[in-house]
This record gives sequence, C-alpha cells and structure tokens, in this order.
Amino acid sequence: MADRPQPLGAAGAAGLIAAAVVLALTLGTALLTLSRAQGVARLGAADWAAIRFTLGQAAISAGLSVALAIPVARALARRRFAGRAALVTLLGAPFILPVIVAVLGLLTVFGRNGWASAALDLAGLPPLDIYGGHGVILAHVFLNLPLATRLILQGWLAVPSERFRLAADLGFGPPQIRRHIEWPMLREVCPGTLIVIFLVCTTSFAVALTLGGGPRATTVELAIYQAFRFEFDLGKAALLALVQLALSGVAALLALGLAVPQAAAGGLDRAVERWDAQGPWHRGGDAALIALAAAFLVLPLLAIFLDGVPGLARMPASIWGAALRSLAVALASGALTLALALPMALAAARPRPGARMVEAAGYLSVAVSPLVIGVGLFLLVRPIANPTALALPVTALVNAAMSLPFALRALIPAARATEAIYGPLADQLGLQGRARLRRLILPRLRRPMGFAMALAAALSMGDLGVIALFTDPSAGTLPFALYGLMGAYRMDAAAGAALILLASSLALFWLFDRGGRLDADT
Amino acid sequence: MLTLEGVEIRRPGFALAADLAIENGARVSVLGPSGAGKSTLLSAIAGFLLPDAGRVAFDGRDLAPLPPGRRPVSMIFQDGNLFPHLTAFENAALGLRLSGRLTREERDRVARSLDRVGLEGLGDRKPGALSGGQQGRVALARILLRAQPVMLLDEPFAALGPALKRRMLALVDEVATEIGATVLMVSHDPQDARRLGGQTVFVAGGRAHAPAPTAHLLDQPPPALRTYLEG
Repeated sequence: MADRPQPLGAAGAAGLIAAAVVLALTLGTALLTLSRAQGVARLGAADWAAIRFTLGQAAISAGLSVALAIPVARALARRRFAGRAALVTLLGAPFILPVIVAVLGLLTVFGRNGWASAALDLAGLPPLDIYGGHGVILAHVFLNLPLATRLILQGWLAVPSERFRLAADLGFGPPQIRRHIEWPMLREVCPGTLIVIFLVCTTSFAVALTLGGGPRATTVELAIYQAFRFEFDLGKAALLALVQLALSGVAALLALGLAVPQAAAGGLDRAVERWDAQGPWHRGGDAALIALAAAFLVLPLLAIFLDGVPGLARMPASIWGAALRSLAVALASGALTLALALPMALAAARPRPGARMVEAAGYLSVAVSPLVIGVGLFLLVRPIANPTALALPVTALVNAAMSLPFALRALIPAARATEAIYGPLADQLGLQGRARLRRLILPRLRRPMGFAMALAAALSMGDLGVIALFTDPSAGTLPFALYGLMGAYRMDAAAGAALILLASSLALFWLFDRGGRLDADT
Repeated sequence: MLTLEGVEIRRPGFALAADLAIENGARVSVLGPSGAGKSTLLSAIAGFLLPDAGRVAFDGRDLAPLPPGRRPVSMIFQDGNLFPHLTAFENAALGLRLSGRLTREERDRVARSLDRVGLEGLGDRKPGALSGGQQGRVALARILLRAQPVMLLDEPFAALGPALKRRMLALVDEVATEIGATVLMVSHDPQDARRLGGQTVFVAGGRAHAPAPTAHLLDQPPPALRTYLEG
C-alpha cells in the first residue's frame, strides 16, 4: 500500500553514515592492511602450519560438536524431565560466557592438576594434559556443543507432530523413524550448523592463546598476534591478516549459501510427543547422554565457582582496576553498538534507497576477524597517536563492530514490524523525524534494544582479543589481567578473577535485557 | 468538495479508475467485492499512494504535493489505530500535539474529547487494558481533536459485535457532525451503508462509480451491484 516513494530523511542519512563507519572499520582496515603488506613478507613454513592447524582444528571442532550434539538433541527432544527447561536455557549461556573463563574452568576439570587427573591418579593412571591442539579442540567443543545442540533441537521440534503420529500409526520403530523423519531433518540442519561453528573456530584467538601455541597448535589469529606483538613484523602481521580475511571470508560465503539455521529465542520448552523409543534401553541411554552432556557443561562452571570464592581473597588489588576498565569498555561498546545498529536498522526497515546495502554492511563483520580490524586500526592510529594510549577505546569500537550482526538481527525485524503495523497511522498523523523516533520507534524497540545492548556489553566484558594487541599489561581489561594471572600460574587468584568476570558478564546481560523488558507494552 | 479527476491507479494485475466528486459534509459508503480497490481508493485520498494519472483535490487544491500527514484527512485503519505504549489520553492528544507537550488549556480539551466519546476516567489506561469498542472511541477522540474536514474509515470496527458496531457508527456520525467533516467509509456490509445513510460509491470492474443515494442504490441495484449483493 505504501507506494509513495520514501524520502531519504534524517533517519535514512544516519543509517547510511553508520553503514559507512562499519564499512570503514571492516573493509577499510583490511584495505589499509593490504596496502602495507605489499612485498614486505612471505609466508614461511610456520605460517603454513598455522593455516593448516586453523583449518584442521576448526573442521574437527565443528565435526565433533555436531556429532555429539545430534544424540544429545534427540534425547532432549524426546524426553521430559525436571530441570529440562533450565538445561535448555543453560545451552544458551556459553554464548555470553567469557572464553577465558571457560578455558580456566576446563583446566580446573581436565588439566594436569585437575579433577579428572586426580581421579585417574587414584586408578593409577597418568594425568591428562590439555595444552596443545587437542586442548584447543576440547575448548571449542565445550563452547560450541551447546549452540549445535540448540540448533539441532530446534530442527527436531520443527518436525510436525503429525509426522510422528503417522509414524506411530504405521508401527515405525527407531530405525524407520531415523530413515524417514530424522535423517532428512538432520540433512537440512547439520550443514549450516557445521559451517557456523567452523567459521567461529577459524577466528579463534583466546582459546589458541591460552591452550595452544607452539609450532603444532598456532592459529592464524594467534600468529598475527605473535608477529605483531613479539616480532613487531608489521608486514608479516598484515599478510597473515589477509590470510585470515580470506579464510573467514570463504567460510562466511559458504555459510551464506547454506541457509544457516537461526537460533530461536523461545519455543524450545516442549518435548516431541513420540511413541517409539520407549523401552528401558532407550530411556536409560537418553538419560545417560543428557547427564553426560550436562556434566560436561556444568562441571567447568562449577569449578570456577568452587575455586573462585576462596580465590577472591587472594587476588591482587590491581584486579579491581582492571574490572572497572572492563566495565567502562563494556558499557561504551554496548552504547556504540546501539548507536551503530539503531540507525542502520531504521534505515533497513523502510523502503528507502540503499536499505539493502545498509543491512548487508551490518553483517560484514561476521567475516572479518577482530584482530584484523585491530591491526588496521593500529596502522591507522600510529602516525597520529600512541596506540597503547588508545587501547581501551579501540577495544570498545572493535567489540561493537563484532556485536553488530547480533544487534541487527534483533533490531531489524522489530523495526520492520513497527513500520508495518504502526507506520500508516504515524504517517497519517504526520508523526515524522524526532517526534516519530521518540514517540513511536524507541518505545516499540525497547525490548530488542535492551537485548542488543545486553549482548554487546556482555560480549565486550568477556572479550580477550584486540586488547592483547595494544595494551600495556598494567592498564588492561579484566580478561587480560586474568590471562596474566594464569600465565603466572596464580590459579587461585585467577579463579577469583574469573568468578568476578563471569558474574559481571552475566549481570550486564541480565540488567540490560531485563531493563528492556520491564513494563514494555506489547 | 473532495474531487477525484480522471484518477487512474495501475498495478500488475490491478487497475482502478475514479472520476467523481463528494460534497463537503457528505456521508459516503464505499462498497464492492474484495480486491476491487476500495482500500486503494482511500489510500489514494490519504496520500499513501500516488495515482498514475489524474488528480485528487480538496476544495480545488491539488493534494499531490502533500504527504499523508499534511492532507486534510483523518483516517481509521482496520487495525493499528492506537500506539500500545501510550495511554488513551496520550493517544488522543496526538490529534492536538505530536510532541505530547500540552498546555493546561490543551489538556482540558483532550480530557473533554475523551468525555465526549464516553471514556470518562479511562484516560490513564493503555490500549491493552481497554475493550475493542473503547479503543475505537479513543481513535474517535483523536479525530475530534484533529478536526480534519475528511474522515476516511477502512472497514472500521470489523472485529466488534453487531450492536456495538451500530453504536460506534452512530458515534462516528456525531463526531463528523461536530467537526463538519465528510465521511468516507469502506465496508463489505450493506447494512453498514444503510445505517450511515447518504450516498454510496460502488467499486467494481476496475472503476469507482460516482456516488449515488445509498437507499435507492441498494433497493434497485444495477446488475453489477446485484451480483455482488446477491451472488
């Protein structure tokens, strides 16, 4: 109906400006890096090893995550039990769990002096060691198994219940159900899930920094960091940044072509009504699977809590300064994310010239690694100012760019719905410009804005990435300080800092998400 | 006078032509089969779409340069007539001030308009806490305050029961009389048209026909209208 051509308007212009900022941040920094890389460095044997390790560990991590997620998701899909809703909610948590906290938790459970090694010792077996490539993979599976489980569980729950009823009517047993219902569903869902996890793992930095390293377990991201921080070989760093860009760019293009399943916010709380697999063996098997998966996810977090509480007293005082700096970075990053995402979402929501381009620009940072942006910004800033002095603002900015795709995914549908439902009335009343923003858009978008801010702040709070490129160790963020404590083997103090970091990330998320929901009229 | 002069609207698989005039203060029903272009006709008058040919004018003034919010028009849509995050008072006050910042005198006027449509004491409620009929009344209070000379209603109150709808149509008539407005109402129910009285524009076969007296038209329908009414 709204065939009248829409003027560009102030909102549209703001959206284009925000999109231009994002383009400059993602592609601009990459181009700048490219211009510095020419003829300066070549890829050596160690760099090729890093490329091979990056691809190999990403493939294995994605494959293992999905292979383990399939039976767990099936068990969750067909069983009802007390605590099921809580477990499904917990599967969403690793997304905002700081990676460095997860690593510390995994070390406490699976490390050389961890719980599992202690149990093995009782049985007279040698302890585990999770430093190296297998540790990187373990951490990636820990971080991505929940995502894979949620996506596949969604696939299971999306199967119409009539189909299971028909299967029961035809007397299908588990093998027939597998062939006629489950296998076709998995063929739809799994490739997209695999590629998303692969993409996430190719840009892995914090896990490789803490558990990997050395010639056999260095990712490209880690190699960029080392070239930059230790060798100060800018040409090498720039060249590796391009390699990284190519790797994640190709993975992102594959993901685009594969119809990636979207994580739904709700609707995972029901179980599929099924008539097969009711025997004691099936029930027992499912129960064991769910218990194992829950233990794998919960034990490392429990370890952080158990070690962290006594560890609080043994933390150096400098942790509190780092925590405050992190909080400031997280809040600034959240605000920046909204400042970029809101005008972009509004520009993308109305049929204006350039709406599609604005939206596409917002999703670019999926394919660009934060370290690549960081290297580009360093090269940009260096002639003008001391990059170390700008470490915190740059971190906030890069984190905002990385959170942008998630913020847009929440905001654009809400902005479109608002325009579709209330746009005609607002147009008819002549509600335009600032008044429209204040009286219609902002009140209607409170919930997704709260969620976007919550996500961006929590992700930034826990991020250990670009900060490591720039910062002076005494003025770093909390994740960076935590990394320092772990490097110094002060594990009890590290556990205390990890507890504070975890609590801050969750509290930030809860606070802003809740703030958006409070008293919101739907 | 509201005039549509040689208006043509063409879309893929759809065409509508209108050449008609409506006297100020008239009550006009717009009847016709679904998909014929009743709502399209109202959209063209409200400014949501621009005709491919011809012109829409009010009292001789071409409306083409005016965006929807600047046209001498108030509209009630099928839904989405109130902002759910604003109270009844704030929704009605949009008819007076878009900023929501009112003088004492303006606040009194908003309160009086709510009283006028039968919503005494309900100004603080949000739409979610009002019944469907009460929500329609808030929209009418806003129209009373905007006091635009043309009221466009696109199948209003379709979700209300027959008795309630009758009362709302009576209130529409009263509000229109108070502000001296012309009423154009799209409906698929001939009974609505009879109740509104006045004239009817019949839309069918790609044409909006000139208004004819409703009672006469419904009692002695031309063939196309007979087909629509009786099948």
